[in-house]
Amino acid sequence: MTLLRVENASKKFGDLVAVDGVSMTVEPGELRAVIGPNGAGKTTFFNLISGFLTPSSGRIVFDGEDVTKLLPARRVWRGMARTFQITEVFPELTARENLRIAVEVASGYRLKTWLSRDADGEVRARVVDLLDMSGLVDKADRLVGELAHGDQRATEIMMALALRPRLLLLDEPTAGMGDKETYDITQLIRKLHKNQNLTIVLIEHDMRVVFHLADRIMVLAEGAMLAEGTPQEIAANEAVQTAYLGKAA
Amino acid sequence: MTAAVDKAAPVAANRERARSLAMLAAIWGVLALAPFWMPYLGGYTALGTRVLVLGLGAMAVNFLLGFTGVLSFGHAAWFGLGAYGCGLFLKFIAHSTPLSIVAGTLLGGVMGAILGALIVRRRGVYFAMVTIAFGQVFYYIAFQWSSLTGGDDGLRGFQRAPLDLGFTTVDILYNSTAFYYFVLICFAAAAAVMGFILRSPFGRTMLAIRENERRARFLGIPIELHIWIVFTLSCFFMAFAGSLYALVNNFADPLGLHYSQSGNFVIMAVLGGMRKFWGPLLGAAVFVVLQDYVSSLTVNWQFFIGLLFVVVVLFFPRGLLGFFQQRVQS
Ligand SMILES: Nc1ncnc2c1ncn2[C@@H]1O[C@H](COP(=O)(O)OP(=O)(O)OP(=O)(O)O)[C@@H](O)[C@H]1O
Ligand SMILES: [Mg+2]
Repeated sequence: MTLLRVENASKKFGDLVAVDGVSMTVEPGELRAVIGPNGAGKTTFFNLISGFLTPSSGRIVFDGEDVTKLLPARRVWRGMARTFQITEVFPELTARENLRIAVEVASGYRLKTWLSRDADGEVRARVVDLLDMSGLVDKADRLVGELAHGDQRATEIMMALALRPRLLLLDEPTAGMGDKETYDITQLIRKLHKNQNLTIVLIEHDMRVVFHLADRIMVLAEGAMLAEGTPQEIAANEAVQTAYLGKAA
Repeated sequence: MTAAVDKAAPVAANRERARSLAMLAAIWGVLALAPFWMPYLGGYTALGTRVLVLGLGAMAVNFLLGFTGVLSFGHAAWFGLGAYGCGLFLKFIAHSTPLSIVAGTLLGGVMGAILGALIVRRRGVYFAMVTIAFGQVFYYIAFQWSSLTGGDDGLRGFQRAPLDLGFTTVDILYNSTAFYYFVLICFAAAAAVMGFILRSPFGRTMLAIRENERRARFLGIPIELHIWIVFTLSCFFMAFAGSLYALVNNFADPLGLHYSQSGNFVIMAVLGGMRKFWGPLLGAAVFVVLQDYVSSLTVNWQFFIGLLFVVVVLFFPRGLLGFFQQRVQS
């Protein structure tokens, strides 16, 4: 069954139509990339899906349920997790504490004032797993605000992952990263997708990353969908070349 | 490299734990022995009692401000309601100290819970402004309703009752040392509850909201609900402190509800260090002692408090406690 269906979604900011009647369906296990020039409306599109903004018109259907009007936290509870274009973490807490909060919330402990020894042990173990997976082990007890940009972004991705999402939305995961960091994050995303069969939608400017990872690509330009298809189809699409790839190269 | 870090981390953590245990022992030692050492420094026991009660109030404000990042500028309302609730209970209903504390705590806490529900969607300055408004509403009620509250003159005509422990009664009215220990036990109980909550998963969601509301929301934390719970808890702690304050003075007065009193609590928290659990207590101690000492020399004691506040904010952004801890560490 289709995991995410966006139906004809639009978002207006005053006169500006940031997202203009965009539809998209994402199947379970798919890795979808959303690309487009600056200001194309990619982040706004993500905001509609995740509930940061409500669409001016159109519907968001997640796992068969209309979630268009649901608050962000409720979409998270149903299995949607996201990261942001500008890193959003808890800077004055350590990486371990950042992940611990995410794990506790995901385990349904957020209102608890006490954890049993077993529950506490499970939470700690899960945090260590996530640290291992991301290569943050050495830096686990440093404040996230003092870590390198790439490590902060990795922390944010691991926090989203701690929620055990069924759909992971990543807004430019490699933004502002060097080659090494970009490679590491790309490998991490690839691993999550291949090994855990996680469904991922990501916005990305780095075409190497996009063509390396994506099963299918959607191209936005000036709020509207310009093209949609496999990486080969998109690479061969002339409209895309003139609107985007040509300019970027 | 990795191995070194792995070994270094537990050592650092142990040292950290030892340091915080030492600090806890020092704090409780100083508080428990206060009636014995204070006279030598020119203090008197009632001054210590005031520090505990105002310190608890500042810690309650800081529960919301320092750990959740939400600034209330009207928290004196719940403090004052606690004081009036306690005093009115003693005056008109029953001559029982514990029950009067329960009455005051419930009055302030429940009002805080109800009004808090109306404002949790406001943020930052707007939130602070609405809380000031609430505080002033209660101030004017206390001021105007003189048949019940004594109006401008304050609520008089009640006294704290002796504690009936079953096998004996403890005079806390005339024996100021006994009263100090009674307040210290109340203070310890409230501080323990606060500390317990802060170390729990719920407490960590408070930090999450303080650190980054957007991230917290997109982890699936319903921000408004959590802020409301913290606000309500904070109001209960505040009203509890206010009840004790009525017992300290055998008096409740409308100025206790006024926004300038709310401001004093915020000043104590910031002065001592609002990221630190014990910061507000230190802030309250400095505030109360300075007020007591300087006001005997000049009526302009507030000028000196203001000056100290500015110096701390400019040069010791982590507050006095944060500054001292840094000195000890280096
Ligand atoms: N909250 C807002 N209010 C008003 N205008 C907005 C808002 N958010 C986005 N916009 C506008 O909507 C358009 C699309 O912005 P969006 O951030 O979605 O683009 P993007 O494709 O993510 O761009 P980039 O690649 O630079 O991240 C831009 O013109 C932007 O200025
Ligand atoms: Mg964007």
